[in-house]
Amino acid sequence: MGVGIEVVNLNAWYGTNHSLQDINLNMPGNHATALIGPSGCGKSTFVRCLNRMHETNPIARVTGTVRIGELDIYKDCKPVEIRRRVGMVFQRPNPFPTMSIYDNVCAGLKLNGYSHRQVLDEIVEKSLKHAALWDEAKDDLKKKSGASLSGGQQQRLCIARALAVDPEVLLMDEPCSALDPVSTSKIEDLIFQLKSQYTIVIVTHNMQQAARVAEKTGFFLNGRMVEFDFTHKIFTNPSDKRTEDYITGRFG
Amino acid sequence: MIANVPEIRISQAQLQPEPSPAGGQQPAEAGTVEFSAIRTFLLARGNSAMADRGFQWLMALCALSIFGIVALIAVQLVKGSQLSWNKFGLAFFSWPAGFNFGTVFKAIMNSNLPQPNYWDPVNGQFSALPFVYGTLVTSFLALLMAVPLAIGVAIFLTEMCPGVLRAPLSFLTELLAAIPSVIYGLWAYFVLVPLMREHVNPWLVQLLGWTGLFSDDNLTGLGFFSAGVILAIMVLPIISSLTREVMTAVPHSQREAVLALGATRWEMIRMGVLRNARIGIVGAIILGLGRALGETMAVTMVVGNSIEIHRSLLSNGNSMASVIANQFSEASDNLHLSALIEIGLALFLVTIVVNALAQLLVWAVTRGAPARVN
Amino acid sequence: MGLGELRVKAGKNQLRSKFRELTDGAVTGLAVLATVLVVVPLVAIFVYLIYKGASSLSLSFFTQIPKPVGESGGGMANAIVGSAILLGIASLIGVPVGISGGIFLAEYGRGTRLANAIRFTADVLNGVPSIVMGIAIYALIVIPQNHFSAFSGGVALGIMMIPTVCRTTEEMLLMVPHAVREAALALGVPNWRSVLSITVRTASPGIITGCMLAFARVAGETAPLIFTALGNSFWSTSLNQPIAALPLQIWVYAQSPYEDWHRLAWAGALVLIVLIVTAVSLVRYVTSRGVLKGAS
Repeated sequence: MGVGIEVVNLNAWYGTNHSLQDINLNMPGNHATALIGPSGCGKSTFVRCLNRMHETNPIARVTGTVRIGELDIYKDCKPVEIRRRVGMVFQRPNPFPTMSIYDNVCAGLKLNGYSHRQVLDEIVEKSLKHAALWDEAKDDLKKKSGASLSGGQQQRLCIARALAVDPEVLLMDEPCSALDPVSTSKIEDLIFQLKSQYTIVIVTHNMQQAARVAEKTGFFLNGRMVEFDFTHKIFTNPSDKRTEDYITGRFG
Repeated sequence: MIANVPEIRISQAQLQPEPSPAGGQQPAEAGTVEFSAIRTFLLARGNSAMADRGFQWLMALCALSIFGIVALIAVQLVKGSQLSWNKFGLAFFSWPAGFNFGTVFKAIMNSNLPQPNYWDPVNGQFSALPFVYGTLVTSFLALLMAVPLAIGVAIFLTEMCPGVLRAPLSFLTELLAAIPSVIYGLWAYFVLVPLMREHVNPWLVQLLGWTGLFSDDNLTGLGFFSAGVILAIMVLPIISSLTREVMTAVPHSQREAVLALGATRWEMIRMGVLRNARIGIVGAIILGLGRALGETMAVTMVVGNSIEIHRSLLSNGNSMASVIANQFSEASDNLHLSALIEIGLALFLVTIVVNALAQLLVWAVTRGAPARVN
Repeated sequence: MGLGELRVKAGKNQLRSKFRELTDGAVTGLAVLATVLVVVPLVAIFVYLIYKGASSLSLSFFTQIPKPVGESGGGMANAIVGSAILLGIASLIGVPVGISGGIFLAEYGRGTRLANAIRFTADVLNGVPSIVMGIAIYALIVIPQNHFSAFSGGVALGIMMIPTVCRTTEEMLLMVPHAVREAALALGVPNWRSVLSITVRTASPGIITGCMLAFARVAGETAPLIFTALGNSFWSTSLNQPIAALPLQIWVYAQSPYEDWHRLAWAGALVLIVLIVTAVSLVRYVTSRGVLKGAS
């Protein structure tokens, strides 16, 4: 079951670059929230703050509160712990190159010490079915390496990998930007299906994708969140002029 | 104007029922039962902060062992040479008592004059001057012969070589740099030395005897010159491959700029490449020098093992490294041993300085990971 | 400027370009000459070594120990086994410490001044003559223990492997794409586990070849063994006794006056060369074919 995400006064820096300024958001559980905005506006940085991946950069700094469910992720737990509850899918598919499909999917479990073979088998099958990759991969689970799949398949593999650890939230940073339209639509169908079980935050450059997939949408510009509202409202009747300019293609 | 908003469609996937797990276990409604076991498992894992910190410290310790190794060598060498240093001080690298610069110089120039007894284990008198001389002479000879050839080879391989030859030739260079010193010494002792003795040395005496540097009183074929030749063969691959690396690091735009001015190929190489790479090439030469200074086995086998200094380049001698190898097993008393160790200390310090200088120069040009020395 | 002056100028320019052309040709010729002068003798050395070594090689070389002076035959079996033992000890020391050092430089110390200092020192250490290392270990282990030993020889060789393995491991780890590391971290894998099971595993072909290079290098080292392992004409596998080693034996036999021993030295040299050429070729194969590029 998914949980809601509450962000209060989030500020983030890369060294002296103030990349996120005073973000306040409330993302509902078991829904998909889309984040749109032009390149470099801070969407990716924001999403990386939600699972404390932003900190992996040595010059990065964060202030503010992010609450996932009841948990203040910056105060109540360590980065490793939160990352087990929040899954992430990156812009470019990054399966582990030396591992088979099977090992890729259960990597999050095996590397954390889980070793019950039969349960792992079931989890791999379940995750691959959830990610709509099972039919294509079931014959070569242990023979093919993760890197030998096509781009779209690799991304679905990464989604399966993220799902295998049973997260409560799934973060997706432009998951379809490196993929062809067929794979893209498959993944969008996926997100639709996953919404009922997880809370999804998806960063996208593609406004039509946001409209197709998400209930709520946030528009980011220059490190600030300009508007956050129901997707339908953002795209038909935005409150802020800047949002309207972006939607209609005046910039970005 | 607001863009047309596509309807949020309900996909086929959403209409299909959820697939049931293969294990025939409880139906996974919204993945509750099975997954929450996973969730509980993961939640109980803890943050492994201690394991992370421990691992990091272990890795750091191993990296710091590099400093430890340098310290280890320095400490042991200093300790071992205490005896000799206390007795001789800096005079260890100078001539023995009873001589001065004038008499020593004359003795070197004229083999018939009484020679100072630099290295006298019997009487406990040790001066490392012959070995410093030997190291300098052999290294200098080696560089004299190797550098022009190495740079010539580098120029050929980078700028003139047809593509099909380049890979085998550079592979050959890599192989040659990997051959152990003792095998070079073996070949030098059985092939090079007779060659020098029979053909090259008499020719050198005939041609260049007037310089006073080549006399015919050493008929063995061993000696400084032979050692210089084998050293040259050994350092050539290093200087050559490093020079190639430095030359390849010069951006193409530099070459094109000179060519666009109407230069010939040599002029392009001279002005566009060598001029830019010259710091790195100096670094490569110094690195070769560093290797030549410390080279032991090959030199030991052909340098002739003598403790005297003579003017002729064809005379027998010893380098700092070779005297240690030659005499170590016979070192009778502690002072003798300590003197040998002190030579080792001097060798250590000199090669560190030379190599550090060379690495800095090469690094300044290639601006990346400093080159590996095979 | 009159026509006459122009003509002189044109003539001078023509001479000038002729001179430049000639120089260009001369330099090309010199460069080719240098290459030939270098390549031909070096290939000749190789061929001679192989010829001399092959003609002296026989089965007994691998199975027998040296016979007493005067008797013909015998082999270097003890030296081969001795070298294997020494290299085993050396690898036990050099490989783990070296790889760990490389992990530190690439994963934890990247960009820091400490890491730069360590890297620089490792490169300088690679250029220190091996005889110096031998003396240091002699003073450290042999003198207190009062006897030469295989153990001290292994330690000397192992310490020599550390800087090489450290640097090559670091270079290979730096080539692992950042995306792979991020994927592991985002799964909530602890940092140490991610470094070992993901990053190092991805770079492992390259790391292994780096170890092979270091191994091949110390396999041929003689000087440090003079002060530590000393050599042994008999069978010995004890770690506390002097032990024979291939390069050491080659040296001793080469300097001896016996023809028989000279032949053994050539055979030993061939065995050593084959080992080293195999290692270098393997390394070249792996790095050039991109087999070590684990990530797609």
